[in-house]
Amino acid sequence: MRAKKRKAFLILAAISLLFLTGCHGREGMSAFAIPEEFDRTGNYEISFWAKNDTNKTQTAIYEQAISDFEALYPNIKVNLRLYTDYGKIYNDVITNIATDTTPNVCITYPDHIATYLTGANQVVPLEELFADEKYGLGGSEVAFDAPKAEEIVPGFLEECAFGGHYYAVPYMRSTEACYINKTYVEALGFTLPETLTWDFVWEVSEAALEKDSAGNFAVNGQKVMIPFIYKSTDNMMIQMLRQKDAGYSTKEGEILLFNDTTKSFLETIAEHVRSGAFSTFKISSYPANFLNAGQCIFAVDSTAGATWMGTNAPLCDISRDKIVDFETAVMPIPQFFPENPKMISQGPSVCIFNKEDSQEVLASWLFVQYLLTNEVQTAYSETEGYVPVTLKAQNSAEYQDYLSRCGEDNGTYYDVKIKAANLLLENMENTFVTPVFNGSASLRDASGQLIEKTVKSVRRGQEITDEYIEELYSDTASLYRLNQIGGGPRSAEKEDLGELPRTAVWLLSALLGAWGLIILYVIFRMIKRKAF
Amino acid sequence: MKKLTSLLLVFAMALACAGCGSSGKGGDTDAKSEGVMTYEEYMAADLESEVVVEAYVQAKQSWWENQATVYAQDKDGGYFFYNMACTEEDYAKLTPGTKIKVTGYKAEWSGEVEIIDATFEIGEGSYVAEAEDVTSLLGSDDLIKHQNKFVSFKGLTVEAADESGAAFLYNWDGSGQEGDDLYFNVSVDGQTYTFTVESYLCDSSTDVYAAVKGLNVGDTIDAEGFLYWYEGVNPHITSVKVK
Repeated sequence: MRAKKRKAFLILAAISLLFLTGCHGREGMSAFAIPEEFDRTGNYEISFWAKNDTNKTQTAIYEQAISDFEALYPNIKVNLRLYTDYGKIYNDVITNIATDTTPNVCITYPDHIATYLTGANQVVPLEELFADEKYGLGGSEVAFDAPKAEEIVPGFLEECAFGGHYYAVPYMRSTEACYINKTYVEALGFTLPETLTWDFVWEVSEAALEKDSAGNFAVNGQKVMIPFIYKSTDNMMIQMLRQKDAGYSTKEGEILLFNDTTKSFLETIAEHVRSGAFSTFKISSYPANFLNAGQCIFAVDSTAGATWMGTNAPLCDISRDKIVDFETAVMPIPQFFPENPKMISQGPSVCIFNKEDSQEVLASWLFVQYLLTNEVQTAYSETEGYVPVTLKAQNSAEYQDYLSRCGEDNGTYYDVKIKAANLLLENMENTFVTPVFNGSASLRDASGQLIEKTVKSVRRGQEITDEYIEELYSDTASLYRLNQIGGGPRSAEKEDLGELPRTAVWLLSALLGAWGLIILYVIFRMIKRKAF
Repeated sequence: MKKLTSLLLVFAMALACAGCGSSGKGGDTDAKSEGVMTYEEYMAADLESEVVVEAYVQAKQSWWENQATVYAQDKDGGYFFYNMACTEEDYAKLTPGTKIKVTGYKAEWSGEVEIIDATFEIGEGSYVAEAEDVTSLLGSDDLIKHQNKFVSFKGLTVEAADESGAAFLYNWDGSGQEGDDLYFNVSVDGQTYTFTVESYLCDSSTDVYAAVKGLNVGDTIDAEGFLYWYEGVNPHITSVKVK
């Protein structure tokens, strides 16, 4: 059961606001300098904050990786702390920056690192470590077969570069996929196109709403049918905008989200919410639950959620008697321009936090490199529809064998999972990431909030008018403090800060009073002098 | 005159007793303020419609950035207020029994009927519900009528939580660690159910967290908790007693 994941939202919504305050007032530590030699005599204990997808195999792989690494470096002990969502890690890191208790190694998103960087020298820039002859990627003194820099998929590595430095290495990569009940699409008289388009998805979704005389949906014979459910609405908005080459933000952090293209997307979404054709995870539940129950036709979720999708999904939250038999097609997310597909690149990266002891940082770096070895990369990527981030692992015989055995069973070789991984492997040149800057995590949340709020409003009978959108833009910009980051919405005015606090009023009154008395005294002295 | 006074006294006492007629401890839990729905009216309301209810806080699940998640109850049924607007100061006031008037929207998420996007005001009165024994309703269609109530289960047998034979798991599949939710299976009348110690509702410092970690397969237990729903019944357990 994954119900707990819903908790992430209250955290995510909230921590996005912390970047403005979370790291204030802390003095930075000295920049990290690579030691000449790694001290193999001293004992070093490092903490590793890792994220898993509530998947015990992933937990076991982390534990195995730590055990194997400790065998190679007996003087390094790695303490694993597990999380199941990025937001909680982000929240805890921000809290721990303030108290100087950051982890040594941390799974993260580049957007989050941008916030961590508000503390000086908190996050270790990695380019010098990459290139170090002894301890760099594939360096002469590294005790295992680590990948060389050129063996990391260049595009994935570039996603970790911002502000002139590499602040992380990619750990796993995924994108989003549309998991489709192909059986129902064909039952409705449609044939899946070579490339899925938004028009096609909307058209089929509307067609699926037809009911029979008993009031059941004709396509599934049930009382429930939400033809199109999107898990991550921030991704939905971001990808729609990118496909249309419309504004989201500049690299420098100017906010461009609140534009007319966004408005037209919201109006289209509203139209399909009104008919009952579209909903979201936050409002309804996991797309997989509806898909597997035959109550959804197009379920968009991460490729790293593939093991939950389909009739034979190895992981499932609904009871077996509710699962419906259907053929699952795995396709890239819908596109506006099929000849120029665009989809997001996402997935965990790993950063290293700076410490006073440079040996401890070097120990952390060695462990990070270990996470990039073929053993860890292939094992972890096979737990979900992830793709290894090194060409070395991708091209390894083990991984190629894994891919070739698609559909051999409903566990390791579950076809939907391997198809999802292949989807990304075949589209690596079509992926993109959004600009990273201090506040980019908030902008991401805001882009999803625009959709969520619109969906809720329509479901509650509200009309989506121009005035509604203007107000939505303004409210969202305020909620996520986007006016304080960059451009803000066109219509947003300066935030009303309200009345001055009473103490401030007293202080200002006292100051004015004091100045008044000083001036009176000076005038009195001048008059007195003239009089004499 | 004495007879009349006596009659009046008896009548007054009868009225007072009627006011305390609920199973829990507290004052007049029947009366609803002007414009407030009864539980029956609330249950009949459409999803996504605006609702106004009055209920008594039974447990607080979480507070974060001015949003509180709370279990509440009146004499007729249970409520789940998800991410209700709430200052930290007000959250401190939401002790068990506190009466609140909540205005929000009725919603459903994976079978859990709840009120979202809500605001509230604290009222006068107090009521702490006693756990209602719903053991006999497990597996029946009537159980959902008690959704979100404080309930009890008697004489449950602890079953293995996974193929390893563990009595409980951190997270649903054992992927978690200390501090995460605990999942354990119990059976009654040959049917097995999954119960959860929700770590926001009862964290790792609580008695129930320790009690579940101490369970053994085959133990017979009584349990209390809130009747949460996630794709079926998924009680959030707040106390466990091994018999």
